Amino acid sequence: MSPVKKIKVRNFHQAKWDEPIIFELGTKGERGILLPEIEGEIEAAVGDGLSKIPKHMIRKQPPRLPEISQMQILKHYLRLSQETLGADLNVDIGQGTCTMKYSPKINEILATSPKLTALHPSQPISTVQGILEIFHKTDLFLREISGLDQFTLQPASGSQAILTMSSIIKAYHEDNGENKQRDEIITTIFSHPSDAAAPAVQGYKIIDIYPNQEGLPDLEALKEAISDRTAGLFITNPEDTGIYNPKIKEFTRMIHEVGGLCGYDQANANGILGIARAKEADFDMCFFNLHKTFSSPHGCGGPSAGALGVKKELIKFLPIPLVGYNGSEYYLDYDVSHTIGKVRSYYGVVSAVLKAYLWIISLGKEGLEEVSRIAVLNNNYLLKKVLEISGTSAPYAEGHHRIEQVRYSWSKLTEETGITTEDITNRMIDFGFHMWSSHHPFIVPQPFTLEPTESYSKAEIDEYIAGLAKVAKEAYTNPEIVKNAPHRSVVHKLITNSLDDPDKWAITWRAYLKKWKNDRI
Amino acid sequence: MIITKKVGLIVNPIAGMGGRVGLKGTDGVEILEQARLLGAQPESHNRALIAIQKLLPIKEKIELITYPEEMGGIIAKKCGFQPTIIGSISKGKTTSEDTQKAAKDLLDLNIHLLLFAGGDGTARDIYDAIESKVVTLGIPTGVKIQSAVFARNPTRAGELALAFLQERTHRVRETEVMDIDEDLFREGIVRAKLYGYLTIPYERAHVQSSKAGSPETESFAHQAIAEEIIENMETDYFYIVGPGTTTRAIMDKLQLVNTLLGIDLIYNKKLIANDLNESKLVHHIQGKKVKLIITPIGGQGYILGRGNQQLSPDIIKKIGKENIVVIATRNKLNSLNGQPLLVDSGDKGVDELLCGYIGIITGYREKSIYKVVC
Repeated sequence: MSPVKKIKVRNFHQAKWDEPIIFELGTKGERGILLPEIEGEIEAAVGDGLSKIPKHMIRKQPPRLPEISQMQILKHYLRLSQETLGADLNVDIGQGTCTMKYSPKINEILATSPKLTALHPSQPISTVQGILEIFHKTDLFLREISGLDQFTLQPASGSQAILTMSSIIKAYHEDNGENKQRDEIITTIFSHPSDAAAPAVQGYKIIDIYPNQEGLPDLEALKEAISDRTAGLFITNPEDTGIYNPKIKEFTRMIHEVGGLCGYDQANANGILGIARAKEADFDMCFFNLHKTFSSPHGCGGPSAGALGVKKELIKFLPIPLVGYNGSEYYLDYDVSHTIGKVRSYYGVVSAVLKAYLWIISLGKEGLEEVSRIAVLNNNYLLKKVLEISGTSAPYAEGHHRIEQVRYSWSKLTEETGITTEDITNRMIDFGFHMWSSHHPFIVPQPFTLEPTESYSKAEIDEYIAGLAKVAKEAYTNPEIVKNAPHRSVVHKLITNSLDDPDKWAITWRAYLKKWKNDRI
Repeated sequence: MIITKKVGLIVNPIAGMGGRVGLKGTDGVEILEQARLLGAQPESHNRALIAIQKLLPIKEKIELITYPEEMGGIIAKKCGFQPTIIGSISKGKTTSEDTQKAAKDLLDLNIHLLLFAGGDGTARDIYDAIESKVVTLGIPTGVKIQSAVFARNPTRAGELALAFLQERTHRVRETEVMDIDEDLFREGIVRAKLYGYLTIPYERAHVQSSKAGSPETESFAHQAIAEEIIENMETDYFYIVGPGTTTRAIMDKLQLVNTLLGIDLIYNKKLIANDLNESKLVHHIQGKKVKLIITPIGGQGYILGRGNQQLSPDIIKKIGKENIVVIATRNKLNSLNGQPLLVDSGDKGVDELLCGYIGIITGYREKSIYKVVC
């Protein structure tokens, strides 16, 4: 019997417009906006705007930008929007690890208010007390949530927050005269890939730990990994499997014993708000992606922010300026003795911080805890239902509940039908759903990762399960329809071969013209 | 009708017959007779059929070329193809010579892909006949499948072949042809040997992600590992370089002649000797400072005892655990599905010495801590 026999999937069909790229549209001389002539009074005050630019910096040819009218440009982007599956459009629980949740629209309105957008980051401090208050209070909220002692909201993404943690580790060991000796960062294979990538960019050697049979980072392997060369540990918990590591304190203890620092990747903290904190697990640092757990829109819907907190011993290394409050006024504090400098211009990503702040104050302490409890409940309901579908499994921790997400496997279905995760991903599109495999490296065979967060209703979760159940049933009864999917999408089949071939890819229009049309300027 | 691709098909009709009747393989005429007497039925046909059925959607665009009767002709027709039949056989009495001859004949016809159905013995025949001169893929139908040239099952073989012929996957990779000594195997002793490498269509471990931006290619991974090894090579140490394509990249980067299947020795980045056996190796390293670079051979994760038996327990003891450097691509580690690496050196003491957790170099300035069991 189907796990959700009464729920029907939608008879979805994506719009297909065959829309050209914007650079292929318009005609020479066409304009969307005609700028007014400069007024004499303004010109007298600021000049013509060009003559102050050094000659060598003025380009010889104007940029080859699209020349197109307003109406055409509006249609262009509306058509493109209809060819995507945005987070506000579909039941986006198939994008596990990404914490796709509802971003309240009132927060968008506030973030696009001229009260915010008309601010200039170089304005005198006395005129920006409001936004500084929001920064300071967000810092205080995050201190409560993590147990740590000070936050910087400057990093513009999770990966940049990891890079900032890596810089702090470097500065810390430099301060202790051990920087040369400590050149290794330890992470786990199920932690976010940036936990390895960011410190590698900075020159650290990376050691990663594979999971044990229970799917937890192998403590015995950690014993082999640590040494007097250990600079630090970057780890996610729960990892992308959704399993919480109950021995996390053992990990931080062992790293501290050899003189390393511990950075907690809490990019996604959606299952543990108000339940488990970085402080109690003895982490020295942690960061939150405000665009994941804290509802600011995600990824390409961005912009993002990686809020990074530290213990008081490490405050002296934080990027400048910090935002402080002296009892009567908010201020920018540049007096940070061992600062690593700036990691981004000005304050950070103001709109993302504002939306996170609004989300936190609208929920309060109890609301935040409820977010996590519902996210975990939704996830475990989903887990039970998914495991009723033929061909699925949830490797590791059998019989235990998971936190906020689960990395599942279609390997049984693949063995029995030849249908792979990629095929199922393509078929789910036919019902208006997205399903994601997982981060590489692929340890779990034929993986897929689901995360329902707290936002989706039971009806929506059931609809998604019905989609999975339908596709799984088709795999056994009519595999060709799955194999040849999608049938109702913009593009029939994506050929991804050239994605990792530098000789073929072109990630900009200019690169395309240069590589494929021999058009060089 | 435009024929765009030529596909060769070789079926070893007797592969797999031993398994159902409790024999360990069908290599050798006597064993085959024994299998037949025990009532063995050909398994190869059914399994090969599953694979080539997957090519039916492009039937009009390929020319399927095969040997007569049970070596391919029967199932190709049964499946609905109109195959080009070449060569001749003695019906019901085919041997490994027929497999080798078929492989050579098909190579002469400039095929794009050679599909063969059989086991490790068949893979070895193909390798002996044509080495890796054409892209090949094994449909697993034999009792023994240790070689990595086989797809996981006949269905996957068919799908991978289809993807390759439709140019949905362009990449190829070299993978091991392993076979065990069947006489020893029937006595219960498992000893695999690395015979060579065949080139097969490349499939990333488990799944091809349509999201991953720039997953590293096998060749890039080899280069990165080689760079790491060379950068950290110590002076006045002898480096024993074991067999495999991962270790070959080190020799290539140093512009040294390499033995893909054998043991090479270098000193201060200069070649001392190629393809050493145990006694010659002992002679060279006696009393010297030595490090050993090895990589897991075959699909099962053996770092010692499969394909590198020249590295005897005595040599391993001399080198010492701290001087053994294990290298492997992430793709290889991940394809183990979380299973530990294995050692089977033939000496319990040596095996136990190597058990536990070791650091595997997986890239430039990257290593993984991985479990080894014996």
